[in-house]
Amino acid sequence: MTTQLDTAVAPPAQRTTARRLSTRVGRVRELGILVALALVVIPTAIANPRFIQPQSLRDLLLNASIVALLAVGQTLVVITRNVDLSVGSVLGLAAFLTAQQFADHPGTPLLAGIGFGMLIGLACGLLNGLLVALGNVPSLVVTLGTLYVFRGIDYALAQGRQVNAANLPDALLNLGSSRVLGIPVLVLVTTAIVAVAAVYLRSYRSGRELYAIGSNPEAATLAGIPKARRTLTTFVLSGLIAGLAGALWVARYGTVDAAAGTGLELQVVAAVVVGGVAIFGGSGTVAGAALGALLLGTITSCLVVLQIPAFWQQAIAGALLLSAITVDRLLALRLAKALRRSEGTSHA
Amino acid sequence: MRNLLRWETALVFLLVVVALTGQVSTKGSFLDGGNLFYLGLDIGEIALIALPLTLVIVAGEIDLSVASVLGLSSALIGWLWNAGWSLETILPTVIVVGAVCGAFNGLLVTRLGLPSLAVTIGTLALYRGLALVVLGDTAVADFPASYTSFGTTPLPGTDIPYPIVLAAILAILFGIALHASSFGRSVYAIGANEEGARFSGIRVKRIKLTLFVLAGAVAAIAGIVYTFRFSSARADNGVGLELAVVAAVLLGGVSIFGGKGTLFGVLAGVLLLGGLRNLLILQDTSTEVLTIVTGLLLLVSVLAPSITRTLRKATT
Repeated sequence: MTTQLDTAVAPPAQRTTARRLSTRVGRVRELGILVALALVVIPTAIANPRFIQPQSLRDLLLNASIVALLAVGQTLVVITRNVDLSVGSVLGLAAFLTAQQFADHPGTPLLAGIGFGMLIGLACGLLNGLLVALGNVPSLVVTLGTLYVFRGIDYALAQGRQVNAANLPDALLNLGSSRVLGIPVLVLVTTAIVAVAAVYLRSYRSGRELYAIGSNPEAATLAGIPKARRTLTTFVLSGLIAGLAGALWVARYGTVDAAAGTGLELQVVAAVVVGGVAIFGGSGTVAGAALGALLLGTITSCLVVLQIPAFWQQAIAGALLLSAITVDRLLALRLAKALRRSEGTSHA
Repeated sequence: MRNLLRWETALVFLLVVVALTGQVSTKGSFLDGGNLFYLGLDIGEIALIALPLTLVIVAGEIDLSVASVLGLSSALIGWLWNAGWSLETILPTVIVVGAVCGAFNGLLVTRLGLPSLAVTIGTLALYRGLALVVLGDTAVADFPASYTSFGTTPLPGTDIPYPIVLAAILAILFGIALHASSFGRSVYAIGANEEGARFSGIRVKRIKLTLFVLAGAVAAIAGIVYTFRFSSARADNGVGLELAVVAAVLLGGVSIFGGKGTLFGVLAGVLLLGGLRNLLILQDTSTEVLTIVTGLLLLVSVLAPSITRTLRKATT
């Protein structure tokens, strides 16, 4: 957003006002999520003090980490004005095949098995990316189709079987439950990936180009940005991360069947949008998306603690998504108005 | 040559291929009355919802919440029935609730200028969540046979299921609205160029709102059909059906970018999807393969327009 403002011709004083407002709008989102988190956690903690004990906080982070991981990949895709609805199915397929690999070949090294899951995710992401970038068709429809196809393949390969924790190596299951300095390993993995993606989006040329593509695809093409290649990369990365999330899913839950991760795409898209990534592309951060996932996960946990029927969970997720996009829209409208005023013209 | 390459022509050709393959592989029982009756039942809800959704997509928008409205309507039927309401009052009530759901989508899209994709993914979760809140994971099944028989018996003296009769009547109404009225021309104009439509005096917002309301109301009607067909009101009725409906509409040659497509093509698309599913079921294909086929059809139907475009360019 600030890059847009740099090009605006305006007197210095007014320009800073507009810029200050736009930075504030940018910050408002992450602050807003933190406020929302506090609003959810504090009453719950008062009602049930055990909610903020270290163990339940750890569970909270652990439960949110897989959705947060998927939200990182989804953010890369959404920034370029696309969407990947197949992540839940990719996770399911990767989870089942990884679990089966470990169960059928007990000697599989831990990293090789996880790499296998990531490879499956990569293949799925590559297919999505090729269809979107080369077929020149909207990603929504393509990934809606592959959501079906990947899940169908998952069911066809599983044929009703499931892999149980008893058949999985301890090294993998330990990964799901072990802690370093009191923090679960899965949470550390997610945090590391969020950090890497944040640096990439912030400081690397190809990362900045993703924002350019999402802000204005035609202008990005005219500016010489390889749009098709970048789009392909985001889908491959999203698939790769979904594959990793699948392998971690196995580590976390131990028991896997073909239904793993069904409907997860909805939570991921909700987390990303709640986290301030604009659904029409061009703005948002991975940290925001991860916070969005944490907020959604926290709400779910609070419902359990407050003994509100779990049936409310989906309705609340939907309502939250709707209010997030509504607030975004209203803020964007205010910002546009302020920019127009400070520029003295109406071409904003 | 141009006419020959029309998508509808290809669809009719594919339909004939499916029908012939079915006839040969089942030794003539594919096209007999009994099987066609089940085929008709199977595609009833998809055919119903596809009608308003065609108009929504032609206008350049999308509604992914339709299957959730179907589920909410089913859950409400069960809840109100348990509360002792009569079906004569329940049915109009749920249709109104469906219309309100559609209006909520439409207002968010038209008044706040939000993208319909994001809005309806949100309401997909919201309406399904409300359905769960209303009915939980219970099922209500004690509906009178005079109502549920509409879902299991054909029109007297024929093999036509009642849902198809309903879909046919609505198809004629929607066909007139889209292809033979100024309202329909406006819908195409909006989908082709919204700015242009607005500057030529078309009430873009009002028309879009109307389309979303219609989609909600018809999805609620499909919920009624679904509930009586299985004589079971459940909150999770029709989960994921939006994918099949969107697949059928796009398969019917409607452009996802708006402005293009015919209702005839969509009806052919629905039949093709249903025919293929039926054919696979008759061959004892597993439901997993059906899922894959639906997904592949969706992919093919979005890739096909760009392929036919290239073909057309080559021939002219």
